[in-house]
Amino acid sequence: MITITGLTKRFGPLHVLRGLDLEIGEGRVTAVVGPNGAGKTTLMKTILGLTRSDGGEILVDGERVGDDPRYRSNVGYMPQIARFPENLTAAELIAMVRDLRGDDAAVDDDLIERFKLVDHLRKPLRTLSGGTRQKVNAVLAFLFCPALLVLDEPTAGLDPVSSGILKDKIAEVRDSGRTVIVTSHVLSELDAFADDIAFLVDGRLRYAGSVHDLKLSTRQLSLERAIAHVMVEGAVA
Amino acid sequence: MNTAKMTRSASLPGAATKIVKYELRDVLRSRSLLAYTLFFLAVTDVLLRFGGGARAALGLMNVVLLLIPLVSIVFGTIYLYNAREFTELLLAQPVHRRQLFAGQYLGLAIPLSAAFVVGLGVALSLHFGEDPEHAGALLVLAACGVLLTFIFSAFAASIVARIDDKVKGIGVAIGLWLACTVVYDGLVLLGLMTFADYPLERAALAAMIANPVDLARVLILMRLDVSALMGYTGAAFEKFFGSAGGATLASLALVLWTGVPLLLGARRFQRKDF
Repeated sequence: MITITGLTKRFGPLHVLRGLDLEIGEGRVTAVVGPNGAGKTTLMKTILGLTRSDGGEILVDGERVGDDPRYRSNVGYMPQIARFPENLTAAELIAMVRDLRGDDAAVDDDLIERFKLVDHLRKPLRTLSGGTRQKVNAVLAFLFCPALLVLDEPTAGLDPVSSGILKDKIAEVRDSGRTVIVTSHVLSELDAFADDIAFLVDGRLRYAGSVHDLKLSTRQLSLERAIAHVMVEGAVA
Repeated sequence: MNTAKMTRSASLPGAATKIVKYELRDVLRSRSLLAYTLFFLAVTDVLLRFGGGARAALGLMNVVLLLIPLVSIVFGTIYLYNAREFTELLLAQPVHRRQLFAGQYLGLAIPLSAAFVVGLGVALSLHFGEDPEHAGALLVLAACGVLLTFIFSAFAASIVARIDDKVKGIGVAIGLWLACTVVYDGLVLLGLMTFADYPLERAALAAMIANPVDLARVLILMRLDVSALMGYTGAAFEKFFGSAGGATLASLALVLWTGVPLLLGARRFQRKDF
């Protein structure tokens, strides 16, 4: 699905990505984890074309990520921070993104119902709580049944019930054969749905592979402990 | 991947228009814009009621020349900085960056112009036919107000594209406004006084054209027949802007004042990291 080779990115003196090679498998949930400032968000934004890399390349389904925005019609993105135009309503926002995509094909608005958002759709976005805005954010990402979903800290700011709904949705989407890339600080929640792990430290890949293999090779039961093991022991056996 | 879907999204000529449409809706609903409209309505009405004639037009001109650049550039920068996360979300859609930039700019400049025109227009219609002599000047005034809105919104879009730090960007915006409205005139006056012994008509003309606010002022004053008050320089201006070449040059300058900042902003926006 996605092939990343030799990806580098600097922000001034800050070397955020230092030659990253990563393969993201189709129909799998890949969790990008790592400490703060490891380059997780930058990696996601580079895949989306929001950030321009300094070197290396990204292929999404064989198409090189560059100036052509077309590949993004198959990508759904849920940014970390949900801030929308204050005076628009959620319904207008959804209509706008739909309009922009020129997409009258299948729409997956089942999250609206599951999150019980129907009553909030007609209110100006500025009056919605942070958690509700985050739900709108999630609805937008899943709306167009994209083949690739890029979710940056999707459960941050959601209550446990909504967070559970979202995680179920991610698993369903994966089961229908679509690809998900997700970042999270909460390793324990990734255990439930992540298939592969890309562990970044200081812009370099420390580990990439399946969660299952990682647990086996580190002889740990939880992802959290397995990652901790990698951090302490260095390389994976 | 679904190829049919890809080709359909491939041609997105209307993406900019769609962005304009929704941003327009958002900006039009903001309270500050309503206040802006009401302000122009009240000021125009008061000036026409108690001043009338050339005095009203002159007073209105000063308000337009100071306030429109200020509101356009400050409201514009704040609005666009606040829309940063939303800009990211839109960029994650299959749209070209230049479409988004154009859409955001027009979505700002159009409602701001509309607010001014409606405020002014309603007040003028209340006093319709009272002073046909100055109708032409008021029309030029309205046109200049709209042009200044487009110019200073372009400044705002360019500042936001080029400066990442919001506080610094707003500082630059206010600085630019001060430079165009106050500092520039001071420097020009200083220059004119220092070299008062030399023929300065051409230099003064060039100085007026090189600043959009001054250019707008001259264009309005020409219609008010107060250029006689400006002595020989005024006569030279009248001759220049009355000629076809002069009018073309003035229009060209106004187009450049919109186009150049937009181009600079768009170039940065194209390569920017979000």
